[in-house]
Amino acid sequence: MSRYTTTTASDLAEMLEAIGVASLEQLFDEQVPAGVRLGRELDLPPGLPEQDVYAHLRDLAARNTSAEDEISFLGAGMYDHYVPAVIDMLTSRSEFLTPYTPYQPEISQGGLQVMFEYQTAISELTALPVSNASVYEGPSAVASAGYLAKLANGKGRFVVSAGLHPHSRETLATYAHGFGTEIAEVPLRDGITDPEAWAAAIDADTSAVFFAQPNFYGAVEDAAALAAAAKDSPAVVVAQVDPLTLGILKPPGECGVDVAVGEGQSLGNRLDFGGPSFGFFAATEAYLRRMPGRIAGETTDVEGRRGFVLTLQTREQHIRREKATSNICTAQALNALAGVVYLSWLGRRGLVELGELLLQRTHYAREALAALDGVAKLHDQPVVREFALKLDEDLDVARVVDRCQDAGVHPGLALDGNVLLVALTEQRSRADIDRLAEVLAAAVAEQRAGSPVAA
Amino acid sequence: MSTLSDNVLHGDPGIEAHPPHREVHAAGVAATQTIFEKGRAGRRAFTCPELDVPAAEGLLPGAFRRAEPARLPEVSEPELVRHYVNLSKRNFDLDSGFYPLGSCTMKHNPRLHERVAALPGHARLHPLQTPKRAQGALELMHRLEHALGEIAGLPHVSLQPSAGSHGELLGVLLTRAYHEDRGETRTKVLAPDTSHGTNPATVTMAGYELVKVGTNPDGGVDLDDLRAKAAPDVACLMLTNPNTLGIFDPNIEEISRIVHDAGATLYYDGANLNAVMGHSRPGDMGFDIVHFNLHKSFTQPHGGGGPGAGPIAVSERIAPYLPHPVVVRREDGSFDLDQDRPKSIGRLRGFQGNYGVFVRSYAYICSLGAEGLKDASTTAVLNANYLLARLRSLVGEHLPLAFGERCMHEFVLSGAPMKKDLGIRTLDLAKRLLDHGFHPPTVYFPLLVDEALLIEPTETETKETLDAFAEAIAAIVREAAQDPSVARDAPYTTPVRRLDEAAAAKRPVIRQPL
Repeated sequence: MSRYTTTTASDLAEMLEAIGVASLEQLFDEQVPAGVRLGRELDLPPGLPEQDVYAHLRDLAARNTSAEDEISFLGAGMYDHYVPAVIDMLTSRSEFLTPYTPYQPEISQGGLQVMFEYQTAISELTALPVSNASVYEGPSAVASAGYLAKLANGKGRFVVSAGLHPHSRETLATYAHGFGTEIAEVPLRDGITDPEAWAAAIDADTSAVFFAQPNFYGAVEDAAALAAAAKDSPAVVVAQVDPLTLGILKPPGECGVDVAVGEGQSLGNRLDFGGPSFGFFAATEAYLRRMPGRIAGETTDVEGRRGFVLTLQTREQHIRREKATSNICTAQALNALAGVVYLSWLGRRGLVELGELLLQRTHYAREALAALDGVAKLHDQPVVREFALKLDEDLDVARVVDRCQDAGVHPGLALDGNVLLVALTEQRSRADIDRLAEVLAAAVAEQRAGSPVAA
Repeated sequence: MSTLSDNVLHGDPGIEAHPPHREVHAAGVAATQTIFEKGRAGRRAFTCPELDVPAAEGLLPGAFRRAEPARLPEVSEPELVRHYVNLSKRNFDLDSGFYPLGSCTMKHNPRLHERVAALPGHARLHPLQTPKRAQGALELMHRLEHALGEIAGLPHVSLQPSAGSHGELLGVLLTRAYHEDRGETRTKVLAPDTSHGTNPATVTMAGYELVKVGTNPDGGVDLDDLRAKAAPDVACLMLTNPNTLGIFDPNIEEISRIVHDAGATLYYDGANLNAVMGHSRPGDMGFDIVHFNLHKSFTQPHGGGGPGAGPIAVSERIAPYLPHPVVVRREDGSFDLDQDRPKSIGRLRGFQGNYGVFVRSYAYICSLGAEGLKDASTTAVLNANYLLARLRSLVGEHLPLAFGERCMHEFVLSGAPMKKDLGIRTLDLAKRLLDHGFHPPTVYFPLLVDEALLIEPTETETKETLDAFAEAIAAIVREAAQDPSVARDAPYTTPVRRLDEAAAAKRPVIRQPL
């Protein structure tokens, strides 16, 4: 018996008798061939009391430098936004934490209504009428949009902007190799997707086009123009969007985008070293019956009361099997709950206010840092929450980052080409930005001087 | 208003306690109002930080700006809390009652795991933190990989997939990479007709053609059918063992030989791993690729439909193709992320996977150790066989075991005789169980059993609970013999009664009209 099992000696005797076997071993001996029995104990350490496991996991945590321990400007897909206390409280409630997917709607109205509310919130954010109840996370959501296009039109090639997150591009390529769609990448020019190369790449064999808004380097793309370029082709227009920018940026549904997907972590989910978070997936009405994953719908019960069910399930793997629109089963329901609670917490005005605040602080930080010796903007495009800097050739961006971290500030992500990607959240104040400028200037000066300079 | 929790807490299995009633809850209308129908313009729960930098104009061209704000709710924090707490009370959950949903392994979720996962060193760690400043996280992943590899009997592990079906997709894509690297073109993947729906869906997504393999009268793979179909154009056989009938295939060694002789890979769907931990290892059975459902055998709470995680373990010959990055230990003892994998198939998702899930599953493995993991599987098999024995003695005539005599961690009953003799279907039995405070088993799966009930009690339930559940089923069967309409119209005590799913699908309303 471990602390999670309950069989006492007398239970065991009664149970074996009821089954009609002499021993526990007999249950296995009768069913598992001797040739595939392990015949030894697993080579793992012995079990530990709860307090010892806690101490071990706490010690491992202490060997990580988290956003609690330094002033962090890391982003590139996940962001250190404040997670309100109501989310911790609601997501730790047993009633949300411990059920399975709501296969029995009569006893799952809470979870189903949350899905319905979540879908409503995502539709509002993206200005697209159809949303599912979540997919895994951002990059695989992009790849799932590719599979939707594959099933919808079967054309041979995806056209992908180099401004799409590298993880999204790689994930799409991994999936597409399986189902057999080629990929053509369109480069950036002046920080945004090169409009001429983009238009030239799209033709009658284009299955889907993919871009990010804002793009990986923080630049706001002309989404409407990118979508319009695909108008006369069969291509599904897919945009990966940052949901937290949709308080101020024109939503994908108003830019001619067919499918908007993205990473939901910014919406009330912890960093968690990369997951779990959630991916969102929204589309025009035309793709309703091609959507991947769960969708909750409204209906009534036999007494006419309003209720919610999983609907359009004939798309799904457990019904349609090899003809399903996706293989997804378990998704990210609890993380999507955090998402809709977060959006309700921010509210109609809060999302706009947060967007404006980040816009201003991002601008301030970009100007402050680009004014430093050895540092310049990578591009001049508008930015809303993240921007890219280029360090002079004689500097090594990885060493600069390391030196800043020694001083207690993570300046952002070091990228090939001596580029530094800097992200803002509402948790990074003007004082934090000023400190970053100070530390970055010192790190640059130190590297040039070849010796430490006090910051 | 009587809440679900009340029914569960006072879960009296006697039917008399729950007479049919048609009372409409007074709070019924407010209870189903969405958050979008609550609140008033101007209310808020969020206070935005002050603008602390000089305000600049014209930062964003008008053409790129949103014209109208998204119509999000406008509620205060008290309204927000009350709304979602009340919604939560309209859910049944594992912490409140028995949840024998077959193939889903609804075992207890230890609360320690929530506490350790919430430590800021784990929870606020950015996925792109420099490896030398994320040594604790990388060590945890390395240790978890080692433990899973030992449990599977396959040494190379990738934690990246987000759920079981994601692990399946990875497994089939790895199979593709393996064959392509050898210059072979194979176009088909085999899966038994008992397989989870995710298997055939994965096969298509990965660009293969599905070929179904039959089931023999004992519930295992039909070997003659397998031999006939294991042709040179077959890339892989996807198998669950024990399968979805709860049967450990006695011919697994022969199956492995047939598949490998055909040059194909053997894939293990780990949804049913909870039956065999410490007893038998997929790698020793001959499998090349295994996925784990950390939200099943390894206690990640199911969350109402996720998050989960679906790591995979593979044999030596598949290892070069694993997705990157791979956690490695350098010569100086430090941990790092290796991106330099020339034969890697690439990525399945962003970053390193669902780390928060890894923390919980690793804590579970630390708590149980080798002995505890084996005990978990032993007890899961004991509980399933005991519940099966109880049900056979109480209702065996109406709900016979579909295949065989014994079971591993789950078993399948057929409701066909009950339907014929008593006039109630498996669906009616399931709905009536709700009035008894139990979550029903998986119903109508696997597909080859008529009126199937797939029952998985797990190891964390007491004998008393198993007895009460068996008694509840017996009571429903007795009741149906008297008056089948009671079950046919059930449930009665739930927040809503049977819902019109056909209407929902015919004219879908999938968001709140605003």
